[in-house]
Amino acid sequence: MATHTQSFWTKYIFSQDHKVIGAQYLIVGLIMAAVAGFFAYVFRYHLAYPDAEIPLWGTLDPRTYNMLVTTHGALMIFWVAMPILVAAIGNYLIPTMLGTDDMAFPFLNMLSFWVFFLSAVVVVASLFVPGGGFDGGWTLYPPLSVDAYLNTNPDFWKALFSGGSLVILALALEFASMLMGGINFMVTTINKRARGMSFSRMPILVWFMNFSVVTFMFSVGPVIAGALMLLLDRVAGTGFYDAYRGGDPILFQHLFWFFGHPEVYVLLFPTLGVIGEIIPTFSRKPLFGYKFIIWASIVAIVLSMVVWAHHQFVAGINPYMAVFFSVGTILISIPFAGIILSYVATIFGGNIRLELPMWWAVGFLATFLIGGLTGLYLGSNTFDIYAHDTSFVVAHFHYTLFPITFFGFFAAFYYWFPKFTGRMYNDFLGKLHFWGTFIFFQLFALPIFFLGLNGQPRRMSDYTAFETLMQDWHIQFREIATISAILLILTQFIWLYNFIVSLWKGKRVSSDNPWQANTLEWQAPSPPPHGNFEVYPEVYRDPYTFGVVQVNGKQKDFIPQNEKLPS
Amino acid sequence: MQSTTVSLRRVPQGRLAMWLLIAGELIIFGSAIVVYLLLRLRYPEWGAEAAKTHLSLGAFNTLVLLVSSYFAAKAHEASLKKLKDQVLRYLSLTVLCGLIFMGVKSYEYAEKITHGYTFTSPKLVEAGQGAAALFWSFYYFLTGLHALHVLVGLIAIGFIMYYVKNNKHFHRVELVALYWHMVDLIWIFLFPLLYIMQ
Repeated sequence: MATHTQSFWTKYIFSQDHKVIGAQYLIVGLIMAAVAGFFAYVFRYHLAYPDAEIPLWGTLDPRTYNMLVTTHGALMIFWVAMPILVAAIGNYLIPTMLGTDDMAFPFLNMLSFWVFFLSAVVVVASLFVPGGGFDGGWTLYPPLSVDAYLNTNPDFWKALFSGGSLVILALALEFASMLMGGINFMVTTINKRARGMSFSRMPILVWFMNFSVVTFMFSVGPVIAGALMLLLDRVAGTGFYDAYRGGDPILFQHLFWFFGHPEVYVLLFPTLGVIGEIIPTFSRKPLFGYKFIIWASIVAIVLSMVVWAHHQFVAGINPYMAVFFSVGTILISIPFAGIILSYVATIFGGNIRLELPMWWAVGFLATFLIGGLTGLYLGSNTFDIYAHDTSFVVAHFHYTLFPITFFGFFAAFYYWFPKFTGRMYNDFLGKLHFWGTFIFFQLFALPIFFLGLNGQPRRMSDYTAFETLMQDWHIQFREIATISAILLILTQFIWLYNFIVSLWKGKRVSSDNPWQANTLEWQAPSPPPHGNFEVYPEVYRDPYTFGVVQVNGKQKDFIPQNEKLPS
Repeated sequence: MQSTTVSLRRVPQGRLAMWLLIAGELIIFGSAIVVYLLLRLRYPEWGAEAAKTHLSLGAFNTLVLLVSSYFAAKAHEASLKKLKDQVLRYLSLTVLCGLIFMGVKSYEYAEKITHGYTFTSPKLVEAGQGAAALFWSFYYFLTGLHALHVLVGLIAIGFIMYYVKNNKHFHRVELVALYWHMVDLIWIFLFPLLYIMQ
């Protein structure tokens, strides 16, 4: 075991321990979530009360509004969802679930965190450079992202230290960090499984984590090349996206969405993994369709690479191609519906224990369902042309990404909190947090669907000039959405309080396996020390042996993966 | 405790990671090349621009990189037997070839730039030949990105030579050789696309 002494710096700052690195990712992700959430509060407030002064902010001009919306989107996807779902959960759980001491490359792991940290610093710095933060939408579409004045009179340094260029640089660093982390995840999974842990005995979360990083690796190439070209357009004055010089602005949309659509699944897979661990444990039933879920995910990954242009139905796309992309998009719903139904089938007839993580898991399924189903509407190009760039799209992707990011994270948080801290959270505050988040989220996002269907465009700071968008119910719906969003943000303080108090004063767990789960991380001490296990476990069965079984004449409800049964 | 002590599987970790890195790199270059090809189909006039590249120098550089890959492979072979002197000799030859490649490339760049074919080619843009200027943007973008990888490879080989000199990490010769072959492979694609396809 690792018993060598560590200084404060090597233990907490430049640590190579996967759990500390996971915590570092988590903390940076949560800080960025607070920033992005505050921005959301400011512009939501402005949408509901366009003339009012915003508390804690002041007045808001349209350019700053655009900047806040852009930064909110970019931060939430790349600096909140990516580090929390992929990096933090992956770092905490892949080595522990595989029954090993650490990642395959601990130094690379540390490096990837610090590159990520640098990217976070750069993206925050981009808000404070002369000219202000980037305000052209988080998707970085040219020509808005290629400032014309920079091209006609290129000043390299001035162009480099502008908001847009810094955001692109920060993205490049973030992608590099996630690629390093992804290679680490995959090598760890292939090389460092415990004895007896064949691929078909791996917990579904480890599968999903690997699907996530594989999807990322195979889709991020085009946007890296595309972002480099965009940066060169900005700082060197090339014309890759300049139609006048033979370039093509639509080209960037293709390169971006080739990555952008699979990116949604990069984020979805870790959450599906978390839910796939929680549901069998609290239903006391084996996971339904383990192999089906794996194959369905592979089908979804392949399909996700050929549907990107459904984001561009109004960008002048060939109608025959639009049909191709529509059909592909709608086909994707089949594997994902299969996965979700497998989870429902796992719950069905189970001996359900309604503990807090289970609430979050079920809440995820219920909320994500609406996001997924409205995705079917938008995937069809006939409907998309009507709804494109309206608030309907905004509501749709908040209904997918909010449950993915926050329900997924909180489910994982409450489920593994006793394991990685050795203490229990306050259950009452946790339930309060769940119901607050669940109800206020629905009240925030549902009205936006109706506003969008009624023609309210997105990315607009003020609708007062449009009479058709200023009927009484429009204004009321915007107010409901804004008030709910503010309450949703305030609810998270309950969680923060619960987190901090439980971390120091929570009741110590009496068992290392409080949920009576089978996977290997529950066999480690709580919290796991550096090196995780006292005795490296050997695996004898699949991770979902639940239900009543006879062992030596005694009835048991579960058998951990590493428990050897007398033959 | 060394993390590798609980590793039970046979694939060496470094090799696995390098193959994954190469897969990622190939997708980045692949997408840049696909973009180039799509625009190449749109602009037949790019053929005339490609004719202005220095075909014989490009061919020479291709040969140089192929030879350097041979030396990298020989270095790997020697590293398996832990023949320190041979590894160092072959890696030095690889570096020499890499430097020749970079030298020739710099000469080509300098020649093109003096003729007005720069990254942005403002003369061509002013003459209304924006698409032709775009060819040169792609030329510098693709070869520049490749040259950057050559440079990274040279630095990496330098580190490996230092390790080998101290009788350490012989297995890493294979990793850097793999990377070097990838750099070579990418050039094999770039050379016909930018120089020959006229």
